[in-house]
Amino acid sequence: MREMLKLFVVVTLFGAISGGILAGVRAGTQERIEYQQIKFVKGPAILQIMKGCTNDPLTTRFKIKDGKEERAFFVGVFDGKPNTVAFEATGKGYGGEIPIIVAVNVDNDRIVGVGVTTHRETPGVGARVQSDAKFTNQFKGQSIKEPFKVKAEGGKIDAISGATVSSRGVMGAVVSSGEIYNRLKSNILDKMKSIKS
Amino acid sequence: MAKSVIQEFTKGLWTEVPPYRLVLGLCPTLAMTKQVDMGFGMGLAVTFVLVGSNVLISLLRKVIPKNVRIACFIVVVATFVIVVELLMQAYTYELFLKMGIFIPLIVVNCIPLGRAEAFCYKKGVLPSFADGLGMGLGYTISLTVLAIIREVLGNGTFFNQPISFLGPTFQPFSFMTTAPGAFVCLGLMLCIMNLLGKK
Repeated sequence: MREMLKLFVVVTLFGAISGGILAGVRAGTQERIEYQQIKFVKGPAILQIMKGCTNDPLTTRFKIKDGKEERAFFVGVFDGKPNTVAFEATGKGYGGEIPIIVAVNVDNDRIVGVGVTTHRETPGVGARVQSDAKFTNQFKGQSIKEPFKVKAEGGKIDAISGATVSSRGVMGAVVSSGEIYNRLKSNILDKMKSIKS
Repeated sequence: MAKSVIQEFTKGLWTEVPPYRLVLGLCPTLAMTKQVDMGFGMGLAVTFVLVGSNVLISLLRKVIPKNVRIACFIVVVATFVIVVELLMQAYTYELFLKMGIFIPLIVVNCIPLGRAEAFCYKKGVLPSFADGLGMGLGYTISLTVLAIIREVLGNGTFFNQPISFLGPTFQPFSFMTTAPGAFVCLGLMLCIMNLLGKK
């Protein structure tokens, strides 16, 4: 019995100490990892949809608390004015969540561009929502407040044939980005004022 | 002490070099040697884990009960592996993306666990440290050599930089970058090592 107790205590202690160390390392590296993810995962999508801006959107960023979450916003300067903001939203696709980056012009609430970042959709089928620029370009210039729907349901967006679920996932993500935008718009405008062009 | 600390260190570099002589840790040896930076990074990650887990297990060998030693080894090794994973994510994110699942898989790589069971559980801290460092560096060198052969022949590059002295007529031998190429290359390396090691 005593022997059993000893085994139990040793293994528990090992687990607990290891857990503590890992929590510490995680807390120490979290900020740096976040930056790396922005640079290598979201970065390419942000830079692509913000083509033509005169600043570096990856470093011109701020955070806004949205309920329990903290959302990151990236600011793009066009024609000398910081008037575009990009942020992340997710929709439900075929292989899990589809995270997208949406860039919105804050002056007229219209979408500047939509880009899919990391997804787990089927390669060659659903994955086309990322590579097929024809699909994502349909969102350009539309109002962010639009309740996007596929053409079959009376909406404006042509889904990618064979990839309806993934296309709807992206659309859902754009719609939820609209909700985020409406909810946080006053905060976004406040923060944008403090950014120098 | 049968062997000196220096001997414990040098055995990992030649007489017991992990992938070629002990034939351990082959999964990353095959998968992570397509490019030199992957092989080198993998070797360094394993070295860090080996040195850390060897020293810690050797320090704790009196505390760890015999019946649950494997579970305790796994916890120690896994802790170091996750530390490496987080550090790589923080500082070498591109390499982290390339290596992907093979970083957490160091936990089930037989080298750290094998060294813990065969060596550190019975030996003192200093020999364990030397053993870990030697084995780790031996592994790094082995992977780097294999990766150099595969990347130079298969891709015509070195550390992702094109090599100029191969000349403009060089056609990459792309078979070397594929999985079967890895097997063939590793097999030839084993063959050479066995020939050299023959007495």
